[in-house]
Amino acid sequence: MDIFLQQIINGLVQGSIYALVALGYTMVYGIMGLINFAHGEVVMIGTLVTISVVGLLVKLGVPLALAGVAGLLAAVAVCMALGWSLERIAYRPLRNAPRLTPLITAIGMSIILQNLAMMIWGRNYLTFPKLLPQVDFEFAGANFTAVQVIIVLVSALTMGGLLLLVYRTKLGMAMRATSQNLQVASLMGVNINRVIAAAFVIGSALGALAGVMVGTYYEIAHYQMGFMLGLKAFTAAVLGGIGNLAGAMLGGILLGLIEALGAGYIGDLTGGFLGSHYQDIFAFVVLIVVLMFKPSGLFGEKTGDRA
Amino acid sequence: MLEVTGLHVAYGGIQAVRSITFHVNQGEMVALIGANGAGKTTTLKAIARVIDAVGGDVHFCGEKIDRLAPHDIIRRGIALVPEGRGVFPRLSVAENLAMGAFVRDDKAAIAADLAKVYGYFPRLKERESQLAGTLSGGEQQMLAIGRALMSRPKMLLLDEPSMGLAPIMVQKIFEVVRAVAADGMTILLIEQNAKLALESSQRAYVMESGEITVHGDSAQLLDDPKVRAAYLGE
Repeated sequence: MDIFLQQIINGLVQGSIYALVALGYTMVYGIMGLINFAHGEVVMIGTLVTISVVGLLVKLGVPLALAGVAGLLAAVAVCMALGWSLERIAYRPLRNAPRLTPLITAIGMSIILQNLAMMIWGRNYLTFPKLLPQVDFEFAGANFTAVQVIIVLVSALTMGGLLLLVYRTKLGMAMRATSQNLQVASLMGVNINRVIAAAFVIGSALGALAGVMVGTYYEIAHYQMGFMLGLKAFTAAVLGGIGNLAGAMLGGILLGLIEALGAGYIGDLTGGFLGSHYQDIFAFVVLIVVLMFKPSGLFGEKTGDRA
Repeated sequence: MLEVTGLHVAYGGIQAVRSITFHVNQGEMVALIGANGAGKTTTLKAIARVIDAVGGDVHFCGEKIDRLAPHDIIRRGIALVPEGRGVFPRLSVAENLAMGAFVRDDKAAIAADLAKVYGYFPRLKERESQLAGTLSGGEQQMLAIGRALMSRPKMLLLDEPSMGLAPIMVQKIFEVVRAVAADGMTILLIEQNAKLALESSQRAYVMESGEITVHGDSAQLLDDPKVRAAYLGE
């Protein structure tokens, strides 16, 4: 029982991070039908920018807490600018190209960003600064930390904020209308370019936040970290029904839980043949199963809440 | 009010609209009739800037509008009700109407126009919170027209409002279109149902293979033997 509860907690934490990243995929896909494979790299750059900014400020004598806030803000700002530039430079010129073209461009942008990050931050693993004090809690035989609680709370609040934006504001209504019929939305006076840019910028801000969470949680970062994270978050978006906001949130949490429980029990299930370091296979088993049996995802055919 | 001069539109080498010239005066309802594929929808889309013209000028209220961005057309006072209605299926009826008023900020006037639209189409008021995708075809057409009116346009472009609707629904829709026209709205109407279009409008242009071949008063065209033979099935 304690392993079960422990893995549920771990899964919720990892799942909240997947959900934030998955939202970036799903928002862009919902509006323009593009899978922005460079999104994982945006998250990675968010993590690495935070390391640099915090490192620099601490060296200048700024208190760690303040440096951490500045690092987070810097990561969000850099990632928003990066998301905006990606759309403007790489994808907008291909708006009317066949669908395969922007997809290949997205993979190209992912490679470019990885190499750029390698040139800036080097090939080695970097240590993420300890921004939060180590506080442990125990509940029914399972352990969790303040960092885990904060990750789950912050991502829940952020997702609530996103839902308010999409369902309660004029920009959100324009985004939903654009995702349903781009041409008619422009007839209503919606500047399509601005809405598409907003989807990239908002998705990138969520990605930056996720990047800081990943760094805080694992305390380590690397220029290739965005690849696997991006692929898993993409899986989460597909699981929930790509293009659907609530689907990305639920898909992220579910994927985190599946992975954590899978990693917790894989040893028992295979008689010790496979260990918990095989946890990565679960995401891809999920992806394959969803694509085979329900390619539209959990919420793919439900009406009413795509964005 | 609307002046189209030498408008020319091509899709990848196919000449959809070949240098057509026509105009719509303020307060007039003008019909553009013709067979399927004659270039009527293409003409409206080019005016609304959803597609690019190859050549020609479009002036509205004296301003040249053929290089504007599509989202600026509605700000000039032109609202297009697209072919196939184009409602936002996963927005509610009320949200669809709010999208119609997207370019406006005057809350009180928007509320007044909403009441007016619900007056024209009481059915929309009943279905206010329903998703537009769950409405019948006729109700969606009402919604598309209501949504266009929500921008408080100077001119309406109607693309095949009768398409795919039961005769009783067509009658209802056209009652409102005539009422809107009677209130002083300038309307450019595209219809395959030529009889209905000619009966509703003051003047009409006939399009054939991308060109305007006949134009005149609607009442005269209704009696024109050639028009009767070609478009009224006689």
